[in-house]
Amino acid sequence: MLQDKDRIFLNLYGFHDAGLSGARVRGAWDNTKALIEKGHDWIIGEVKKSGLRGRGGAGFPTGLKWSFMPKDDPRPSYLVINADESEPGSCKDREILRHDPHLLIEGALLASFAMRAHTCYIYFRGEFIREREAFQRAVDEAYEARLIGQGNVHGWDLDLFVHHGAGAYICGEETALLESLEGRKGQPRLKPPFPAGCGLYGAPTTVNNVESIAVVPDILRRGGSWFAKLGKANNTGTKLFQISGHVEQPCVVEEEMAIPLRELIEKHAGGVRGGWDNLLTVIPGGSSVACLPTDVCGEITMDFDALSAAKSGLGTAAVIVMDKSTDIVKAIARISYFYKHESCGQCTPCREGTGWMWRVMERMAQGRAQKSEIDLLLKVSKQVEGQTICALGDAAAWPVQGLIRNFRHVIEERIDSYQAKSKSAQGDMDRAEFIEAAE
Amino acid sequence: MTKTLIIDGKTIEVDDDLTVFQACELAGSEIPRFCYHERLSIAGNCRMCLVEISGAPKLIASCAMSVSDMPPSRDGSLQEVKTKTEKVRKAREGVMEFLLINHPLDCPICDQGGECDLQDQAMAFGLGGSRYEENKRAVEEKNIGPLIKTVMTRCIHCTRCVRFMTEIAGVEELGLSGRGEDAEITTYLQRGILSEMSANVVDLCPVGALTHRPWAHAARPWELQKTETIDVMDGVGSAIRVDTRWREVMRILPRNNDVVNEEWISDKTRYVCDGLKSQRLDNPYLRIDGKLRPVSWDEALGAIATRLKSAEPSRVGALAGDLCGAEEMFALKSLMDQLGVKSIDCRAPYEALDPSYGRASYLFNSLIEGIDHADAILLVGTNPRLEAAVLNSRIRGRWTHGGLEVGLVGEPVDLTYAYEDLGRGPKELAEIARGSHPFAEKLRRAQAPMVIVGSGGFTRKDGEAVLGLCAQIAKMACEGSDPAWQAFNVLHAVAGRVAGLDLGFVPSEGGFDTSSLLAKTNSGALEVLYLLGVDEFSGKADSDTFVIYQGSHGDRGAHWADVVLPGSAYTEKSATYVNTEGRVQIGSRAVYPPGEAKEDWKIVRALCEHVGQVLPFNTLSELRSKMYKLVPHFAHVDEVELADQSGVEKLAAVSRSCDSDAFLGGVQDFYFTNPIARSSKIMAQMSELNLRMKNKGTRVAAE
Repeated sequence: MLQDKDRIFLNLYGFHDAGLSGARVRGAWDNTKALIEKGHDWIIGEVKKSGLRGRGGAGFPTGLKWSFMPKDDPRPSYLVINADESEPGSCKDREILRHDPHLLIEGALLASFAMRAHTCYIYFRGEFIREREAFQRAVDEAYEARLIGQGNVHGWDLDLFVHHGAGAYICGEETALLESLEGRKGQPRLKPPFPAGCGLYGAPTTVNNVESIAVVPDILRRGGSWFAKLGKANNTGTKLFQISGHVEQPCVVEEEMAIPLRELIEKHAGGVRGGWDNLLTVIPGGSSVACLPTDVCGEITMDFDALSAAKSGLGTAAVIVMDKSTDIVKAIARISYFYKHESCGQCTPCREGTGWMWRVMERMAQGRAQKSEIDLLLKVSKQVEGQTICALGDAAAWPVQGLIRNFRHVIEERIDSYQAKSKSAQGDMDRAEFIEAAE
Repeated sequence: MTKTLIIDGKTIEVDDDLTVFQACELAGSEIPRFCYHERLSIAGNCRMCLVEISGAPKLIASCAMSVSDMPPSRDGSLQEVKTKTEKVRKAREGVMEFLLINHPLDCPICDQGGECDLQDQAMAFGLGGSRYEENKRAVEEKNIGPLIKTVMTRCIHCTRCVRFMTEIAGVEELGLSGRGEDAEITTYLQRGILSEMSANVVDLCPVGALTHRPWAHAARPWELQKTETIDVMDGVGSAIRVDTRWREVMRILPRNNDVVNEEWISDKTRYVCDGLKSQRLDNPYLRIDGKLRPVSWDEALGAIATRLKSAEPSRVGALAGDLCGAEEMFALKSLMDQLGVKSIDCRAPYEALDPSYGRASYLFNSLIEGIDHADAILLVGTNPRLEAAVLNSRIRGRWTHGGLEVGLVGEPVDLTYAYEDLGRGPKELAEIARGSHPFAEKLRRAQAPMVIVGSGGFTRKDGEAVLGLCAQIAKMACEGSDPAWQAFNVLHAVAGRVAGLDLGFVPSEGGFDTSSLLAKTNSGALEVLYLLGVDEFSGKADSDTFVIYQGSHGDRGAHWADVVLPGSAYTEKSATYVNTEGRVQIGSRAVYPPGEAKEDWKIVRALCEHVGQVLPFNTLSELRSKMYKLVPHFAHVDEVELADQSGVEKLAAVSRSCDSDAFLGGVQDFYFTNPIARSSKIMAQMSELNLRMKNKGTRVAAE
């Protein structure tokens, strides 16, 4: 369990002052200039040493990503922070944006410096109105205190722009985000070229998650090795977990990586509603990953490697707990609807496949399907997975695959009971007709 | 740089700036595609071209991956591309199935049937049946004008049409709106497409979502006879294919010709074919008691012969029109030469082009292909969008790549690309020629400058002076750049002119030119005037001059004629055309002329017997061999005989004063530039629609 001394987000719940003076009390902006004076490479080296993996879902090593940025390029470099937190179940970034904004702003300065960027954009989710206002206040404070901006006290010019999206899930995909930021329709770009070579306005760009950037100041101040000691190898540091669903106390909590799932739920969320034995399944990383079978839930640790070995994923660490009252088929059908609704429509498998999967899922939720369609659905999901321009196709396919892998019997029972019901209804009708005819 | 790859087991060396797709094509591995088109930007959205690349865990969209971006193999061995594996086959089947689940499969009533990419690829790469049991999507029709019929339910969202309209036509009319399954191709505000190039999207559409409205449900592609020929709607000489059924031209489609039209044609070129069926002259006519009455060929030719024989050669004139092929002009010129007639002309009134300066003085010397290399273009008295729509798209294509400065002296118009408005008339042109204008500096700095002068510049009383100024500017612009580069360009808006000038169909010493002949006709000072397809201007019908009109349509020329000889349109004869670059091209006959109408050179040949002046050829090939003796480069078909540039030098030495009148555009109504277009119902519709939109100021789609 994470000790208080190792906590990074000290105002996660907004109990304290989120403003600059409050943030300074908690240690933000403490001698940032000294960190900058250690140089670009030192910062990237420390972040590499810390083992920090991107907190947006894919878990790509952050330091490595930064090192892809060209060093002597005539074009300007950009840092873009992805605050388009739209994954169902995820609600960590908004807490940082509302309550600990200065961690992010300081992180933005340090990261921009490391990547030689003088401009940083923060792309806000469309629905984050208050969050944007709160964050903008913090940005204004930072400008006023000359912590950022032209000719600031740290000696590295940085302009930080808050950009408000219009509320499309796909704009959380890094290249669709860049398209949207450029004023175009939010549709993912083809990769390669990757943003580090040709990103925003055709210039080298790094897109990072809010949490990835917000932990950077603490990593640099306390040293990469401190961060690396937390968690387990290759899955280091602290992580914001968001526990929702059928628990006694849904919450967002900072914990060490690789904490056992059961411990996380029982320590912080007051346990599963009706006790651990009432647990049906857990979606461990936001709606786009596969659900876990009950027995795995008791043993699994919450980290990238363990969860992907369990054919699921850590994603954004949005833990969705479902107890036995849940209609799991209907729940996944709802998730399928979400992906069908949010597909951008650019490439064929996702545009056509998400709708197909949703329609079959809806019928299965009622039981109005054939058992052979379960395999068909699985095949369709495999036809979408891995063949699309961006990862939305995968995200739409995995929940369905997880359902079929772990709860096939539930679907089959549903189909059986529907057929039995319709058969007896058919029988009733035949009898009524018979009686009518006889009379 | 080149790179060695193994593609389907075949080792091949390719340029590393090619895409994997192109490399596979080179290696002979065919890859199915819907969204990919070699002349459009890469979208990578259909996912049909997925291939397996060694070292990549996922399948790769080969159209979007360049060879240089391929992941390196860990052990340093050659990278391998596989297009025929089980995994690839499965993926293609999957994509095909996805494309078909919401496709209506209404092939029996679809005009694309028989030439549909979806149909063909479903046969080659699809599954036998469908596993989709839900309801199919239906999409509302879109109204995009009288040319393009939409059945949007058939759309597979490849976005080729969107990319064509924005990238090549330069009109942002089409877009993909909505998202996910509800994404639709639409005109943003349901406005009609008002580009001269719009119907090319129908060719690009791989399915039947966009089809041709004018010939909807008229014919199946497999019933049509296909004839490859050359377009005459403008001076570009686009390569076209004329599809016919029995005696009727059903449709006209573009052919690929990289050096001329790439694979685009204008809407006029495409849809003018209904004009070939109406207003046709199918019988000789003779004016008797003030009225044109049908007569036999013998009567008509006899009447002409009587007048010609009795007339004083100096009181006879012959004019050739805009759509004439070289053969008929050569025949008529031969006849007139034998008769001793000096007043022959193929130019419009006051058109200042003069072949005595040499060919370079009236050709598009940079060549159309040269536009791709240009870095500064000065347009003089021309609106290329209307005068040569395909050429204008080429300029736009070059412009979108950046590093091109365009300036315009003339009427300010929307050219689909940004240009510098330098002024209206010869005054500004003279400033550029003197070098005192800032644009002159840009031209001088350019490595490949172009000066393009259109008919609005040279068809006026001071046309020769304007040409002189343009030649001076071209000379100045070329100083210091590659000596092989030619900057002086004349953009002809009509198909027949260059051949006429090459043949020397202009008045010889002592003869009169077009404007003088017209004046003489009106005053009755001329005895006989022979009009070979001249329809763009006419004179007084009641003068004493005996006017002979030979042509295909009952248009302006026939109206004031005393005798009408029915000729053939461009689809009905094999004729030589020389485009604005000087490229010699031969059109082929697709159908026979209607009724009594004959091929034009034969009419002249028949007339000479009546006149008693036997021309030394009896067949087309004999005519051509005589013509090649006069103009040797006509024998080099599909080639451009580079002109001696001393013509431009001589032109530059011309020093005459200019008027102050502003240049007018050469083409006023794009849809009405020749008799065939004026006889076309569709062109009339488009012209009316255009006018209505201009007057209204807003654009509405016409029903």
